[in-house]
Amino acid sequence: MSAEIQVPAGAPAHAASARFETWLWIAQRASAVVLALCVLVHLVTIIYAVRHGLTGAAILGRTRGNTAALAFYALYVLAIAVHAPIGLRTLCQEWLGWRAASLNWLIGALALALFVFGLRAGWAVFLG
Amino acid sequence: MDMLKVSVWRGAASGEYRSYEVPRQESQSVLDVVTYIQRSIDPTLSYRFACRVGMCGACAMTVNGVARWTCRTHVAKVAKNNTLQIAPLANLPVIKDLVTDMREFFDKWARARGQFVSGAGTTRKDDFARVAADSPERVAANAGIECIGCGVCYASCDVVSWNPDYLGPAALNRAWTLVNDVRDGARAERLAAVAGDAGCHACHTHLDCSERCPKNIAPTASIAGLKRAVMLAALKGEL
Repeated sequence: MSAEIQVPAGAPAHAASARFETWLWIAQRASAVVLALCVLVHLVTIIYAVRHGLTGAAILGRTRGNTAALAFYALYVLAIAVHAPIGLRTLCQEWLGWRAASLNWLIGALALALFVFGLRAGWAVFLG
Repeated sequence: MDMLKVSVWRGAASGEYRSYEVPRQESQSVLDVVTYIQRSIDPTLSYRFACRVGMCGACAMTVNGVARWTCRTHVAKVAKNNTLQIAPLANLPVIKDLVTDMREFFDKWARARGQFVSGAGTTRKDDFARVAADSPERVAANAGIECIGCGVCYASCDVVSWNPDYLGPAALNRAWTLVNDVRDGARAERLAAVAGDAGCHACHTHLDCSERCPKNIAPTASIAGLKRAVMLAALKGEL
């Protein structure tokens, strides 16, 4: 490729990893698609449960041993764990000007925490 | 005679607004007003213009808080109660009065690989490339190609004001026209250059650039196009 372009100095160091940033962007958009569906199902389920006056025990009765519900909430939690930290990362970059590598570690830890605690909650209603 | 009350930024990063009285005339442009002040009231006023007909992009300023090309902006359209406030473009360092330093703006065009690069193996002896006028690529390039580099979009962009490294609407729009140039030989490098936190992914689609562009270009659409192109390149492992 004969691309001999004169590029002025001063290109930002934090923009070095175009591939990493692009994959984060793709992951956030893809997880948003999953979330759009999951949030809808989740809200409809809540409204259904409330309008029919289901008790906590009755709800647990339906979720206990329900692998479909567990699979659904596992997917939901995974989408949240991917989506939310990436958005928070962007907020930290734009609002706080925080663009150091330490931000990626914090965001990674947050993603893991959301996934673990979310899955723990899903597992709890599965066990009932 | 009807008089316009005009307050004009004087100084550089620090300075003050100074007031001038300018005779109101029919079909008067904002550039006419600035020119009157310099030629008839205060010759030390600095500003930039060249063509006066909306081709060169030199005369953009902030008029009553909004970035505009002043040669094609009628006073009648923007003056409120016969008053005007004229300032240099935002998001750019001020050299003096209404003159901004455009270096960073144009350096970003270069950083976004805004130069045409011919494809590998082509020579000047080749025949002209034939590009069908109605091909999707040509149509997409056409939509963004009339940019005059005035900096109005850049001065209007919130993301530029938050992140000074952001390449900005004009540079990204330029890159998009080249991504759609079928003769282009630097696609992969260009897509890598416009990806990420300082590139197309930083755009919040506030649409200020598209709203304000005097040439009615929609850089937001160009940036969305870049996001798609970069995503496809990443999925194909070409980024």
